[in-house]
Amino acid sequence: MSSITPQDIKREFFRSKMGIAGIIILGMLIIISIITIIIFPVETFQEWNNPNSWMTYPKTAIPVWVNLLVFEKIPEHKILMNPNIEKKSNQEINLSSYQFSFNFEYDQFPNDFIYSYTAEYINSPLLEMSVIRPDGIEIKLISTALPHSNAITNHEDKIFSTDAIIKKELLLNNEKFRFQIDNLSAEDIIFSKTERNEPLKGNYVFLINLYEINEKSEIIKSNLIIGGKAFGIMGTDELRRDLAIGLLWGTPLALFIGLVVSIASVVAGLVYGVYSGFKGKKTDEALMRFNDVIYALPALPFLIILSVTISNSIFVMIGFLMIFGWVGIAKVARSMSLQIKTRGYVEAATMMGQKDSKMIFKHILPQLLPYAFASVAISVPAAITTEAGLSFLGLGDPSFPTWGQILHDANIFGAAARGLWWWIIPPGIMIAITGLAFVFIGNALDSIINPKLKR
Amino acid sequence: MKKYIAKRAVTMFGVLLITLLITIMLVGSNMDTILKQGVVFQVRSEITENPAMVESFSSVQEFESFIESQTEQRIKNLGLDEPWYSPQRIGLTMYKIILLDFGQATFLTSDLGSSDVKDIIFEKLPRTILLFTTATILISIIGIFLGAFSASRIGSLIDRITSSFAIISSSFPVWWIGMLMIFLFAFTYQIFPARATPDIPSSSPEYIGALLYHMVLPLITIVMIGFGSWAYLVRNFMVGIMQEDFITAKKAIGIKQNKITYTHALKNAAPPIITILALSLSGSLGGAIITEAVFDWPGMGRLYFEAITVMDLPVIIGATYILTVFFLASIFISDLLYGYFDPRIRTSSE
Repeated sequence: MSSITPQDIKREFFRSKMGIAGIIILGMLIIISIITIIIFPVETFQEWNNPNSWMTYPKTAIPVWVNLLVFEKIPEHKILMNPNIEKKSNQEINLSSYQFSFNFEYDQFPNDFIYSYTAEYINSPLLEMSVIRPDGIEIKLISTALPHSNAITNHEDKIFSTDAIIKKELLLNNEKFRFQIDNLSAEDIIFSKTERNEPLKGNYVFLINLYEINEKSEIIKSNLIIGGKAFGIMGTDELRRDLAIGLLWGTPLALFIGLVVSIASVVAGLVYGVYSGFKGKKTDEALMRFNDVIYALPALPFLIILSVTISNSIFVMIGFLMIFGWVGIAKVARSMSLQIKTRGYVEAATMMGQKDSKMIFKHILPQLLPYAFASVAISVPAAITTEAGLSFLGLGDPSFPTWGQILHDANIFGAAARGLWWWIIPPGIMIAITGLAFVFIGNALDSIINPKLKR
Repeated sequence: MKKYIAKRAVTMFGVLLITLLITIMLVGSNMDTILKQGVVFQVRSEITENPAMVESFSSVQEFESFIESQTEQRIKNLGLDEPWYSPQRIGLTMYKIILLDFGQATFLTSDLGSSDVKDIIFEKLPRTILLFTTATILISIIGIFLGAFSASRIGSLIDRITSSFAIISSSFPVWWIGMLMIFLFAFTYQIFPARATPDIPSSSPEYIGALLYHMVLPLITIVMIGFGSWAYLVRNFMVGIMQEDFITAKKAIGIKQNKITYTHALKNAAPPIITILALSLSGSLGGAIITEAVFDWPGMGRLYFEAITVMDLPVIIGATYILTVFFLASIFISDLLYGYFDPRIRTSSE
């Protein structure tokens, strides 16, 4: 074992397909983490549990790429932010017109539409909303006066497709359609062909006009949401959160948890085991009894009790995971150090009166380094899956979107029963891929350093 | 050997006590508050249920002070006036728990309506043992034969598939596969029920049949995830043994390959395999918590999860104790087996 130099290990490692595969996967995960941390400011994931920041997103929307695979195109959720603005003045009437234009190329009607706006005005301007369809028909949707105000005021409001006025206005158009529209919802009428109640594809323009006599008025901020059933690369969940952001942020979190837990456990286990083996006799006996105690504690029930009673903060959890992580490594490290102890150079150094700490850190621990690296790699997946499992039970840190947390939410909202596969499959795959990367690396290292000493 | 057994037994009992102590320490202060609230509630309900007693009070103050004195007296009788961390109280609690007297559950009840923690636990325990023992036995049978088969044909397609399946399956969390299985076989193709709890009362004769039917999906999931690593382990043991001289000698005298693999080599790989079997039986009990929560299997794991959710402390303590006992018992058995098969262990620790 001692004859293997780091160069040998490196050469052997890059000769094994498994090791290379593991390194490649790990590299990709690290790149994803770095990109995530750079692109999405830390605030995004702090907003994860704030429902207000996800208001404009759709509920449980399917990923958009599904449209590439299916015949019947699912309407995408559109958030239109920047309307075309036109301003006209005709003697005393001022008109500002806002146009949202978009392409509708789907085989189902949208869910709804919501127009939200902030208008700055004085007096009581008239707000008119209408839609120009691809076939040229213009349908008036709403015509309403904004509440009167004597001073310049900012008025914030929303117009929903479910508003009764819209329905009333639409029913005036019933001679344009060759079917009964009385019982249809607004979006099913607006986006319908005239001959049959089927979606009409093409370019739609939503037109919002603000009329005002003498005074100036304008809409400072507005957006139009065409509610669809598909959104984002990874879809959204029941709380309208973009799953892509959750999955991306989960990567650095999982790597962090896995690496910190395993490195700390391996270091603690190595030092403990080597010291115990090196000292021998009473010290060894006492330390190993303590090791037996920790080894015999049922880990998961204890982790659960600890997280419930003490704290479920992610950093405290990492500490708890370490308590149960170092035990096995300490056992192996002890038996390895027992063997190294009998080697000639160690005995020689002892005779020369080297200090214990120097013996351990200079002569014995370096011999165990290859084993240490393999153990780090092998114990990362366990740390990640345990944390994910605890989060899945609802005992994790809810302020961080870890993969386990996402799966927990999925389970609570009955994602399996409702067929929301995009909420269940990707987080699990991410957990498995991350685990796999480390298992590959660990196995490749393990087979190089010849684990004969392991029981 | 006797000395070895005695020594291990003492260590295990020590560990059991320490586990119990830690559990009580962790939940003790909460437990205290809950017990005291329980006493107040009990006193109040006793008085309000007795109209004659209610009428005997002339003012509200008198009523309140009566309740207060009653409560104090009872708290003293129960020994709750001492802080929860006082040695007497911890000692008493531990003594009771060791004798399986876990007290009354705060919220949860057994299917038959009993709120005695012992009743609840002994109702759930057999179901967990049923599911996980069956699964472990299936896993080990499939694993041993697949492992032996791969070991006899190293480098073959089956060997490579087994090895890669073992590595890949070990990095998937069982509960996630469980969610997928529910998604696939309970909702997309409605073959098995999604919730593993049968909806007929446990007293009816069809209950066992229903329970077995509900067991299929969790069983398949656990076996699917588990057998790969077993096969891999057995394969690695067998590969080592197949290189030994006595196997070569058997080959030389013309014994058939299959016979060598399944009788001579497998027999020699038995000690570590049996040891690991004992350990994995107990390990599966710990993993039961999440798996049972996913499948809603009415066993110990789900009980534990429910108890944690509503903070039913007597149940938490009781269930932790029982889980620890099982865990320790299997470690103890595997230690004994290991010592029995490997005499070096016995002599070195004597």
